[in-house]
Amino acid sequence: MSLRYHAICLILLSLCLPNLVIADPARDRLETQRFFKRLFPQLQLQDYAEGVYAIDPIARDSWLAIEEFPPYEPALEAGEKLFKQPFKDGHSYADCLPNQGIAITQLYPLWDAIKGEVVTLEKALNDCRILHKEAPLPYQKGAIANILAYMAYNSRGKKINIQIPADDPRALAAYEQGKAFYYARRGQLNFSCASCHNQNAGKKIRSEVLSPVLGHTSHWPVYRLFWGEMGTLHRRFNDCFELLRMPLLPAQSFELSNLEYFLSIMNNGIALNGPSTRK
Amino acid sequence: MPSNRRTFIKQSLVAGAYASLISNGLFKSTKTQAAWIAENFSPATLTDTLQKIYRNAEIIDSEAIALKLPRVAENGAVVPVTVTSSLPNVNEITLFVAKNPTPLSISFKLSPVMDAFVSTRIKMAETCNVIAVVNSEGKLYKARKEVTVTIGGCGG
Amino acid sequence: MASIKIRTKRLEGKTQIRILIAHPMEHGRNKDKQTGQLIPAHFIKELTVKHNDTLIINSDMGGSVAKDPYFAFMLNGGIEGDKITVSWADSLGKTDTVDAKIT
Repeated sequence: MSLRYHAICLILLSLCLPNLVIADPARDRLETQRFFKRLFPQLQLQDYAEGVYAIDPIARDSWLAIEEFPPYEPALEAGEKLFKQPFKDGHSYADCLPNQGIAITQLYPLWDAIKGEVVTLEKALNDCRILHKEAPLPYQKGAIANILAYMAYNSRGKKINIQIPADDPRALAAYEQGKAFYYARRGQLNFSCASCHNQNAGKKIRSEVLSPVLGHTSHWPVYRLFWGEMGTLHRRFNDCFELLRMPLLPAQSFELSNLEYFLSIMNNGIALNGPSTRK
Repeated sequence: MPSNRRTFIKQSLVAGAYASLISNGLFKSTKTQAAWIAENFSPATLTDTLQKIYRNAEIIDSEAIALKLPRVAENGAVVPVTVTSSLPNVNEITLFVAKNPTPLSISFKLSPVMDAFVSTRIKMAETCNVIAVVNSEGKLYKARKEVTVTIGGCGG
Repeated sequence: MASIKIRTKRLEGKTQIRILIAHPMEHGRNKDKQTGQLIPAHFIKELTVKHNDTLIINSDMGGSVAKDPYFAFMLNGGIEGDKITVSWADSLGKTDTVDAKIT
């Protein structure tokens, strides 16, 4: 058998292989956790919830000083009012959500078998509004971010727990799509999410220390100093895409929802600590 | 001296005089307002600002002032700062940011029941020194600390 | 909704007073990203803190204090039930004031 024969077989096999391998999110997560355990042996899993502040002591000091009286407090208060305010038809968010909407952030995003898509908490809130004849709220910031802040605050300490239903292959497919997005190189700089948040986590890009992917979904929504206000994870995705010269994607689009699904599942086991402050 | 200094601080900050002009109805439009602010907030160096405020009063470097600031500011728009001092009877703490267009940032007058302790968050335009000037029993003391302000790669 | 939040914490005969204010603190040199126009200056110029109606802090500031500003002070004394009053006046003539009790 010639070398060329082997090479051709190998190429054909590698083309087929992705389809042959059964997606195993639990294994993906375990491998990711193991990777970071080797990279940051001093960190426990829960430490990752602090993001870059777990590995950058100078930034951490500044962050802790700001968290003394965090700038998201007014948003939290506003969010509580918005959450509790009934719709015009007398119903409220509590009627649409599990456990009356209290301490449920760790369950989202979830797979909605009826809709056949990933539903983020933002989407669930707006679905509730539409059901009760209210106009949906714009995504990424404002009222929706405030409500999310209140719900995240109630959910503090709850471990992220996204379960992919075993009986619905579409859910696994959504996970795989999110995963493929995360690892695909895109844009003018040809970076993937993994380029920074796996391969170069802890290293610097210009003067920024790159955060690891573990912990990425535990602390939302966030008062970003850069925004001077609250914003959601999808807003942050687009900030990153813009900087890295990648095409922007609408908040709550399939791509971003599936990406959030994948990321959240990678973050299972980490206790929620939102809302938070970031630079 | 202190009253002149206080008056001048108000003028330096523009707003004091500005407010009285507002109440006189001299400012009708945003354009006039903007022009007035622009004229009086013209960039000043730290040296000029200190000279205008403190005249030729001696300001002694003191190790009895603790100026707590991050070495690197994550975002120049929000830099947490805490000033404490073991100097006796501190009645005023003032913060300057050397390379800000208006170096005078904020001034606190403290009544005798207050500890020499102030904490706030300031804006810094670029890497430079933050200076705290403390008035203890009528004498002026200062401490400085350099803060690196970055634009950064991913934070934006 | 009031723009001022006050937190007090008593520790060994002293009271830490922490204040968070919702305010744009615009220095007037920023440009609106959409329109390219200068955003007019709008910042708190004076902050006062009173303890049982006695002035304890008087602060003058400009636009180089951070947006949604934070302030913390340490009162030598203070007992549960004492009143803390925080007031501000800004460059456009707006004001706000909030009372809180030391807990």
